[in-house]
Amino acid sequence: MSASATALTVIFGIVGVGAAIGFYAGSRHKMTLEQWTVGGRAFGVVFIWLLMAGEVYTTFTFLGASGWAYSRGGPALYIIGYQPLAFLISFFILPAVWNAAKKHGMQTQADFFLVRYGSKYLAALVALLGVVCIVPYLQVQLTGLGIIVEVASFGGIGRMPAMLCAFTLVAGFVFVSGVRGVAWVSVLKDILLLFAALFVGIGLPYIYFGGIGPMFTAVIRAHPGHLVMPGATENLGHAWYMSSVLMTALGFFMWPHNFGASFTAKSGDTLRRNAVIMPLYSITMPLMLFVGLTALMVVPGLSNGDLSLLTLVRKTYPAWFLGLIGGAGALTAMVPSAILILTAATLFAKNICRGVFAPDMTDRGVALLARVMVLVVTAAALISAMNSSMSLVSLLLVGYAGVAQLFPGVILGLFSKRVTMPGVASGLVVAAGVVAFLILSKRDPFYGLNAGFVGVCLNFAITGVVSYCTPAEPYRLDGAAAVSLATKGAHES
Amino acid sequence: MRRPALGSLLWGVIPFVGTCLSVPLWDRIDPRILGLPFSYFWLISWLFLTPLCTWRAYRIEAKRDAVYLSDGDASDGGGA
Repeated sequence: MSASATALTVIFGIVGVGAAIGFYAGSRHKMTLEQWTVGGRAFGVVFIWLLMAGEVYTTFTFLGASGWAYSRGGPALYIIGYQPLAFLISFFILPAVWNAAKKHGMQTQADFFLVRYGSKYLAALVALLGVVCIVPYLQVQLTGLGIIVEVASFGGIGRMPAMLCAFTLVAGFVFVSGVRGVAWVSVLKDILLLFAALFVGIGLPYIYFGGIGPMFTAVIRAHPGHLVMPGATENLGHAWYMSSVLMTALGFFMWPHNFGASFTAKSGDTLRRNAVIMPLYSITMPLMLFVGLTALMVVPGLSNGDLSLLTLVRKTYPAWFLGLIGGAGALTAMVPSAILILTAATLFAKNICRGVFAPDMTDRGVALLARVMVLVVTAAALISAMNSSMSLVSLLLVGYAGVAQLFPGVILGLFSKRVTMPGVASGLVVAAGVVAFLILSKRDPFYGLNAGFVGVCLNFAITGVVSYCTPAEPYRLDGAAAVSLATKGAHES
Repeated sequence: MRRPALGSLLWGVIPFVGTCLSVPLWDRIDPRILGLPFSYFWLISWLFLTPLCTWRAYRIEAKRDAVYLSDGDASDGGGA
């Protein structure tokens, strides 16, 4: 067998095993809306950990982090910086979110806004923002899958056909298995990725330089400014680092799928304990950066930094090993994709379509519409991926800048009695508009600060002022819901 | 509604200072520790120090839960 055939066979073998696990795990449970979206709300520490970890290790980790270390240098440190802080923030907010979700039978992030602020229009707006931000996130995974197949086939299969076939599989996978199947595949994926990260993160610097220390010495000698900020960039300095770390740490659990993953927990305490241990999971991040830096020395001059990890692996190891790494990478793209698609489809069907346009829709109808939306969302990301050349990390940062705008509404909604619906709505709309303007007009970073962070500050200010000027509203999370949540008998636990 | 205790919030602030706000102090190559540039060593250390801080906060919140739940208002407790 030729090298590319070997590598591709191993990759498809791994993907096949993953898909089989997902179908099997999903098919053992009757798929009500509650099962499909929140797994019956019965996941313990281990399972939740897997599900959330499934969303931590994405293509962004695998190809994006090494890509940024390769092409940007110092600023890539933000990736190690924000993750522990994201989980720290979750420690303080998720148990309260879980309590409210449990009490009111929430299934989506927008449900939280619906109950807390009593407005289906605000809920629909939140859902819409979530879906819009998920598209670039999905695009990251898609592009990653395309890169894997492209490199593993030694350029024989183009990125476009590769993305097309991979996403057919992902969409099919989501249809059948729902959240439970995804969590199980995530086990396989994490074991493979951990193994892959240790092997390449320690192995590659060792093979070329005799260790991680000598690798750094070589990088410092050849590129003296690369490892400190702003590295190979002009404007990503300390202000950018601080604002980006804060923005992404705040934004992490504002992703509708991460927010929603907390609903699958058995108790609030599960989430707290989870928050304590999760930062240990980020230990692979520095390893990915090591790979990117090794690649900088060994395979310099790549047009796209995101190719650096796989190109280096291909150059160094035999084809079957490239297949193994590629297969781990493919699952690493597929699992989060499935979760993202599932979330976006449910948000759209439940909080936009039923919430605003068709209040009489049954749960069955919502579940059906959600499945149709799976195809729509996937297609949107596919089209977007075909027309974009942004790096994986930059792409994800755009999505983060959007979802981080939900933070003021969540944190104030949980812990303030004075915040009002008009306050949150106006903060959200203005901040999202400003962030979109800054990014689209290439003004990000704005005076050295991450645009999403500028948006969050503005958002808090507007939410505060408008809330203060509008009449106080009841705190709707305690006690009975003022707005009956549209779960219509779906949740029984 | 129940806000986190001041003590646990203070434990929560420490990693923010350590990994985020203090970046001008540690974004440097020397001194190299275990072969790593200082910035890498510093941030990797916080992958272990952050769980320690969160665990301290956890102890505080768990103790409050016990008191809170025994007061009879179990419906609003932070944990289970």
